[in-house]
Amino acid sequence: MTTTTVSRRAKREIAAPPFQWSAILEHARAAGEPEWVIELRQQAWVIYESMPMPNQRDEAWRRTDYSHINWNSAGHYPVPNGATVEHIPVENRAPLIGNEQGGLIAWVDGKLVHRELNEKIAKQGVVFTDLHTAIRDHGDLVKKHLFQKALKPSEGKFAALHAAAWTHGLFIYVPRNVVVELPLHSIFYSEQTGATLGHVLIVLEEGAQATILHEYLSPEGDSHTSYIGGTELLVGRAANLRYVSLQSWGHNMYEFSHGRGHVSRDGQLDWIVGSMGSKLTKSFMQISLDEQGAWGRMSGMFFADGTQLLDHDTYQTHSAPHTTSDLLFKAALKDEAHSVWRGNIRVMPGAIKTDGFQANRNMLMSDTARADSIPGLEIEADDVRCTHAATVGQMEEEYIFYLMTRGVPRIEAERLFLNGYFWDVLERIPFEDVQNRLLADVDRKLLGMHTAKNK
Amino acid sequence: MGATLEIRNLHVSINGTPILKGVNLTINQGETHALMGPNGSGKSTLAYALMGHPAYTVDAGQVIFDGEEVLELEADERSRLGLFLAFQYPVAVPGVSVANFLRSAINARRKSQNPEDQGISIPQFRKLLTQKMDLLGIDHKFAGRYLNEGFSGGEKKRNEILQLATLEPRVAILDETDSGLDIDALRIVADGVNKLKGPDLGILVITHYKRMLDYLQPQYIHLMMDGRIVESGGPELAEEVETAGYKPFFEKHGVEVTEE
Repeated sequence: MTTTTVSRRAKREIAAPPFQWSAILEHARAAGEPEWVIELRQQAWVIYESMPMPNQRDEAWRRTDYSHINWNSAGHYPVPNGATVEHIPVENRAPLIGNEQGGLIAWVDGKLVHRELNEKIAKQGVVFTDLHTAIRDHGDLVKKHLFQKALKPSEGKFAALHAAAWTHGLFIYVPRNVVVELPLHSIFYSEQTGATLGHVLIVLEEGAQATILHEYLSPEGDSHTSYIGGTELLVGRAANLRYVSLQSWGHNMYEFSHGRGHVSRDGQLDWIVGSMGSKLTKSFMQISLDEQGAWGRMSGMFFADGTQLLDHDTYQTHSAPHTTSDLLFKAALKDEAHSVWRGNIRVMPGAIKTDGFQANRNMLMSDTARADSIPGLEIEADDVRCTHAATVGQMEEEYIFYLMTRGVPRIEAERLFLNGYFWDVLERIPFEDVQNRLLADVDRKLLGMHTAKNK
Repeated sequence: MGATLEIRNLHVSINGTPILKGVNLTINQGETHALMGPNGSGKSTLAYALMGHPAYTVDAGQVIFDGEEVLELEADERSRLGLFLAFQYPVAVPGVSVANFLRSAINARRKSQNPEDQGISIPQFRKLLTQKMDLLGIDHKFAGRYLNEGFSGGEKKRNEILQLATLEPRVAILDETDSGLDIDALRIVADGVNKLKGPDLGILVITHYKRMLDYLQPQYIHLMMDGRIVESGGPELAEEVETAGYKPFFEKHGVEVTEE
C-alpha cells in the first residue's frame, strides 16, 4: 500500500452553495423584474453552472482557503424578518457633514428599508434609488449599464453567481454636468444568516461630480453568513467620483465580491476602501482607465485580528495613453490574522505615457500574523512609468518608545502610532465623523475587544 | 526638598557590546549639568538607558530617582515619575497633532495619579498649551501640526522643548539638542530652555559643542570617555576642552582613541 502525502492547501474541493435556479427565478418574478433582467440572470446562471468552485489550485485563490464556510447557513436567501432602518446603528445613519442629509438609502437583509434624498439634489435630476425601482422607472438607463461594460459574469464563479442571483442593489445616476454638493450615503446591512448579493451601480455622466459613501455592516453572530457582491462605477468624461466603501461585517461573515471602475476621458475616480470586519474577505477590484487623461486612485485601510483573512486582488488597467493610476493599500494585522494583496498594473498596447503606481504596506503586530504582498506589472506599451513598492514590517519600537517617553502607556502609544500609520489613507475620506468612527474601530481592535467573538 | 536623580555604577550594553562601563552621576532638581565627550563615548546611550529604551540592556548598577528604582520601570512610568528626554532625532508621527499628543500625555499623567480622572478639559488644555507656546515664542499653528511630520531640524528641537515645557518634568535630559541647528535656531532653542530653568528643573545637557553651554551656563561639567565619566568640574572644564580638545584627556585617562 502506498501512502500519498497530500498538501493541505492544494487538494481541497469546495462545495458550491445550494442555490437553485428555480429559487432565483421565483425571487426575480416576485420582484416584478422584466424579461430582459431575467434573461441577464439566466445567462449568468449558465455561466455559473459551467464553472468549478475556485479553490487553492487557482492562482488568485492560492492563499485563501474558504473551504470551512458552512453553506447550509450561508448559502440561501435570508428570510425577511420585518426589520426596519432602526436596526442599523444610529451613528451609521447620521448625516455625513453637518446636519443636512444629502441622501440616505439603506437595506436590511436585501430589503429596502429607507430612502431619502435632499430636495435640491432630486431637482438636479439625480437618481438615487434601489435597483428594482430603477429598473422599473429608468429601465433604459439601467439596461445600458447593468453587467455590460464593467462587471461581467464570466469573470469568476462568484461574479457569475452574483449576476444570476443578486438580491438588491443601489443605483445612482448623476446627469451631465451636475455637481452633487452633498454626499450620498448608502448602507447594506445584514442581520440574518444566509446570503445577500448586493449590487452597486453608479453612473456619472460627462462633467458630473459626486461623493458617495457606501457601508457594509452586520452585527456579530455565530452562524456563517455570506455576502456576494458586485460593484460597477462608471465615470464619464471629465466626471469626478469619490467613492468610499467601508466594510465592518461581523466576524461570521464571508465576503466574495467584485468591483469594477471605469473612467472615461479626463475623468477621475477616487476609490477608498476600508475593511475591518468579516471572517474572510475575497475582493477583486479593478480600475480601468479607458480614455486619454483618465485618472484613478485606489486607497485601502485594513485592520485584521483574530483569525480574519482579508484578501484583495487589484488591477489598475491602463487602456489609453496619458492615463494615471495610483494605489495605496495599508494593512495592520494582529493575533493570527492574515492579509493578502495581489496587485497588478496592466498597461495595454498603445497606452503610452501612462503613469502607474502601487504601494502596499503591512504592519505585523504579532508573531503569528501574516501578510502576503504580491505586486505585479504587465506592461505591453513603451514609454510608460510604472512603479511599485511593497513592505511587510513590525510595529516599530522606536516610535512606541518615543511616545511612551512622554508618559503615555504602551497601549496608548500603539494606538497613536496606528492612527498615524493609517492616516494617509484616512485623510482621503472627506468626512471627519467617518474618520473618527474608523479610528474608534481601530481602537476597539487594538484593545482586543473583538477577539472574544472571533471564532 | 527637590528630587535627586542618582546614577550608580551603571553598566549598559547593546546587543552584547558593553557601552557604559560604570557611570556615576548625581543630578539634583534645580541644577544644570553638561555631559561632554567624543563620539561613541556613550553619552546618548546613557540618555536612552535612563529613559528605558528596550534595545539597551542594563548589566549592572542602579538608578534612583526621588527614592524610586528607575530601572524597574517602563519608559512611560519613568516619564510620569518626572524624567524627560529631548530626543536628538525625534520620530515623525503623521495623523497625530502636537496638541492631541500632549493632551494624551497629560491625561496619562493625571490618570496614573487618579484612575477616576476624566482628563484635562479642552479649554483648560488649550490655555496651558497657548501659555507654553507664548513663553517659548512658538507660533500657535504649531499645535495643529502633526508630530514632527515635515518639521525642519529646528522645529523638531523646538517641539521637544515645547513638550518639556508642557509636561514639566523634574529632571530633563537634552540629547544633543544643539545638533544640526544653525546659530539662530540654536539660540532660539537655548533661550527656550533658559526660560524653563529654575529650582524645579534639573537638566542634563548632552553636547559636543561649547556654544550650547555658553547659552545654558551649566554649573557642572562632566566629561565622558569610553563609557565612564572621567572628569567632573565647573565651567572651566568646558573651557579646557574647548582650547585643548579631547586629546589631553584621552592621554591623561589612558583611553585608547578608536574614533574621530
